[in-house]
Amino acid sequence: MQKSKLQIKNQNLTELTLTETLRALEEKQFSLEELNKNYLERIEKYNPQLNAYLHINQDNKKIPAAIKDVISTRGVPTTASSKVLQGYIPPYDSTVINRLLENGISIIGKTNCDEFAMGGSGENSAYGPTKNPWDINKVSGGSSSGSAVAVAADLCVFALGSDTGGSVRQPASFTGIVGLKPSYGRVSRYGLIAMASSLDQIGPMTKSVEDAALVLDWISGEDGYDSNCINSKFQITNNKLQQGVKGLTIGMPKEYFGVGLDPKVEKVIKDAIKKLEELGGETIEISLPHSQYALAAYYVIVPSEVSSNMARYDGIRFGKDRESIGQEVKRRIMLGTYSLSSGYWEDYYAKAAKVRALIKQDFEKAFANVDIIVGPVSPTVAWNLGEKMDDPLTMYLSDIYTISANLAGIPGLSVPCGSSDGLPVGLQILGKQWDEETILRVGYAYEQVTGWHNKKPKLDL
Amino acid sequence: MNKYQPVIGLEVHVELNTKSKMFCRCSADYFGKEPNTHTCPVCLGLPGALPYINQQAIDDCIKIGLALNCQIAEKSLFERKNYFYPDLPKGYQISQYRWPLCTNGKLMIDDGKIIRINRVHQEEDTGKLTHTKDGTLIDFNRSGVPLVEIVTEPDFTNVEEVREYAKKLQQLFRYLDVSNADMERGDMRLEANVSVKRQAAEGPLLRHEASEPRQRRGESELPNYRVELKNINSFRFMVAAIEHEIKRQITEIEAGKKLTQETRGWNEDKKCTYLQRSKEEAHDYRYFPEPDLPELILNPKKIQQIKSSLPELPWDKAKRYQNEFGIKKADAKILSESKEVAEFFEEAVEHGKKHQVAPQDIANYIVNQKPDITSVLPTQAVEEIKGKKVGVIEDLKELEKLAKKSMEENQKALEDYKKGKTEAIQVLIGGVMKISSGKADSRKVKEVLEKLLKSK
Repeated sequence: MQKSKLQIKNQNLTELTLTETLRALEEKQFSLEELNKNYLERIEKYNPQLNAYLHINQDNKKIPAAIKDVISTRGVPTTASSKVLQGYIPPYDSTVINRLLENGISIIGKTNCDEFAMGGSGENSAYGPTKNPWDINKVSGGSSSGSAVAVAADLCVFALGSDTGGSVRQPASFTGIVGLKPSYGRVSRYGLIAMASSLDQIGPMTKSVEDAALVLDWISGEDGYDSNCINSKFQITNNKLQQGVKGLTIGMPKEYFGVGLDPKVEKVIKDAIKKLEELGGETIEISLPHSQYALAAYYVIVPSEVSSNMARYDGIRFGKDRESIGQEVKRRIMLGTYSLSSGYWEDYYAKAAKVRALIKQDFEKAFANVDIIVGPVSPTVAWNLGEKMDDPLTMYLSDIYTISANLAGIPGLSVPCGSSDGLPVGLQILGKQWDEETILRVGYAYEQVTGWHNKKPKLDL
Repeated sequence: MNKYQPVIGLEVHVELNTKSKMFCRCSADYFGKEPNTHTCPVCLGLPGALPYINQQAIDDCIKIGLALNCQIAEKSLFERKNYFYPDLPKGYQISQYRWPLCTNGKLMIDDGKIIRINRVHQEEDTGKLTHTKDGTLIDFNRSGVPLVEIVTEPDFTNVEEVREYAKKLQQLFRYLDVSNADMERGDMRLEANVSVKRQAAEGPLLRHEASEPRQRRGESELPNYRVELKNINSFRFMVAAIEHEIKRQITEIEAGKKLTQETRGWNEDKKCTYLQRSKEEAHDYRYFPEPDLPELILNPKKIQQIKSSLPELPWDKAKRYQNEFGIKKADAKILSESKEVAEFFEEAVEHGKKHQVAPQDIANYIVNQKPDITSVLPTQAVEEIKGKKVGVIEDLKELEKLAKKSMEENQKALEDYKKGKTEAIQVLIGGVMKISSGKADSRKVKEVLEKLLKSK
């Protein structure tokens, strides 16, 4: 890396990426106190309208990160944006929190999200929706709504979100930031309040691809608490990250460019892919034939696991009773209880598990011929607040391009790649299981030549 | 009444004596400890906590399975058993259902009958509720302690068989050193499934038999109902409950009533079973594979390792004692009852060889004299047996003479005894032993001395 002094003269220090912030601190261009003061001032100014944070640590000391409220933080309220956990203060830290603390990061606040991470717009929070900084009347995407907005609006250096069906990638796409869902098992889920345990994965939400790689390095790896997170340490050198796109084969699944994809979004995505070709990548059309069944399988598996994971909120140990649980969570508990019931298991859960295996197989076959798969993160840009709240099915359909990666356990990256109607669009880059390196490398090359990630929303609230 | 045959199956739960709990690092040694001191986010079911498998528990479960001649699955899964109860903090128990660790075993009871084992699987214990007049208290120290469940086929036809099988299992757990298997402490718990059927070739089919017969594992002619006896926390009560239940069911059938599937408990005061849950109220546990845990892959090499680490089992020992040492069957069984006694016996036999003391003599000594094996050494036992053989003094007149001599020589002890210090008799016994060079039968010496002292 170049060692010339970082130029931050004309830049607000809250606009710096994590990597830049670390360098500036090392070069003593400002202090941690100044850094926190600047961020806290911004939070004070913009959070009331954006509603990104549920809890703010006014006394933050280290490099400020925003943490989705489904991630347990010792001594800091953790509600999963649900009334049912109002007042709950975990007596322990999640593994990811311990890892961040070890690396000089501290928690400036807990971020809003859809209740128990169930939703794709950020509107299912019991504490009100998060607003999109690009247009205050639009949804921020979800479920990691507050984390995405905190990064996009420069209310933190970076954030952690969780992704069960697109909950990191989709809000990242809607707010013009970088979001990475690691391979299932890459990052320990210990401390992450479970939505669907076989799909949940914590991921970085950052201002650059380089930052995402660094945060993944910090938070990945075995901890002895998550049985599905074994031999999972991720490390990447700058050399590898900077290897470029040349020589890579890029798959474009025809199923990701069909009916339902907004033509304007499609154009932005196709332009981005053209850019990857210019960088030396070779694109080929591929097929993921079972994609059409992914949504159905997902909405059997997820509610099934949800119905079991939500059972502990029975009103005996935690603050509020079950009446305070929101509509979407109740819906999934009902669906899941039904699909696991005796007599229905074979038709629902067992069949969905088979579909899941086929989807995994689709990816394995595709990755025999390609290095990465690219497409849109979401079929549309951010929609109007309230627009889909009465129509859960339409809401579910907005996850159509992201859920397959969770079902297959593969990593996926959302990289800002332009805009449509003034709202950000994200390019999704999917990789082989355990191959975050290649998708980060492609994302890095792309953002270096385009600079979309440096675009900031105008916050004239 | 004996035109009816009871059909009984047994489910045994045994708590393992592993250091830590099944899925967390908390100490599993919870008994008698201050409530809620052996807990952590995992066994309290706090949001975000995850289970992490205790490999020792898995090995112990496989040990039990192997000792019961089970097939060990190459691929096994944990599943979630979903139900609500205040002692279950996650709202589900991590258990096994479709893919248990061990299946298809068998255990032979004394009359040569084989009890088939359907499965041996691994699960976790729940917390403990204490009901007080001010409310119910929950102690989570027991939550997550490893539990192995052993389920038989409905092969028992009477309570005696059940009793014997359960005793054998208890013995096995102790031999394998996987559990203390103490019933009173709740280390080992029993549940029975009881139904009755009409003995073959007698009369028309009962009403409940006329409908679809329940087919289980190729077993035909099983009654189409069963009554589950649950939450009965002592062995004695379970036996009483089964006996009562058999009578109750026969009475019902005789009265022309149709029996249905239900769960019943035991009322010790009234000495009868009572309805806890009818079929309609039965739980639907909504089992599904535990997504927090990976598949258990058990490679044959590992299983072979565990197999070769198994100790010689009590029934094998008993057989060997008969064949190798010519021990009587009843004695062989007593000698192999506990690992400690068996070890004592075997060491004594080894030592006995050098002193021409026959194994059966040693067996007689252990069975009849019941020496305290924690203080007597096997070699001492052999010496004692040998000494007896050359001339133990049992003759009462002879002993009386010795006793009188001892009393003369130990005047102080005699005075003390008269003053009420009864333990002074030990000095007098010691005197007799000394005078007789240890040949006097110590028990008889005491009797003789007491008689003499009283008559004085």
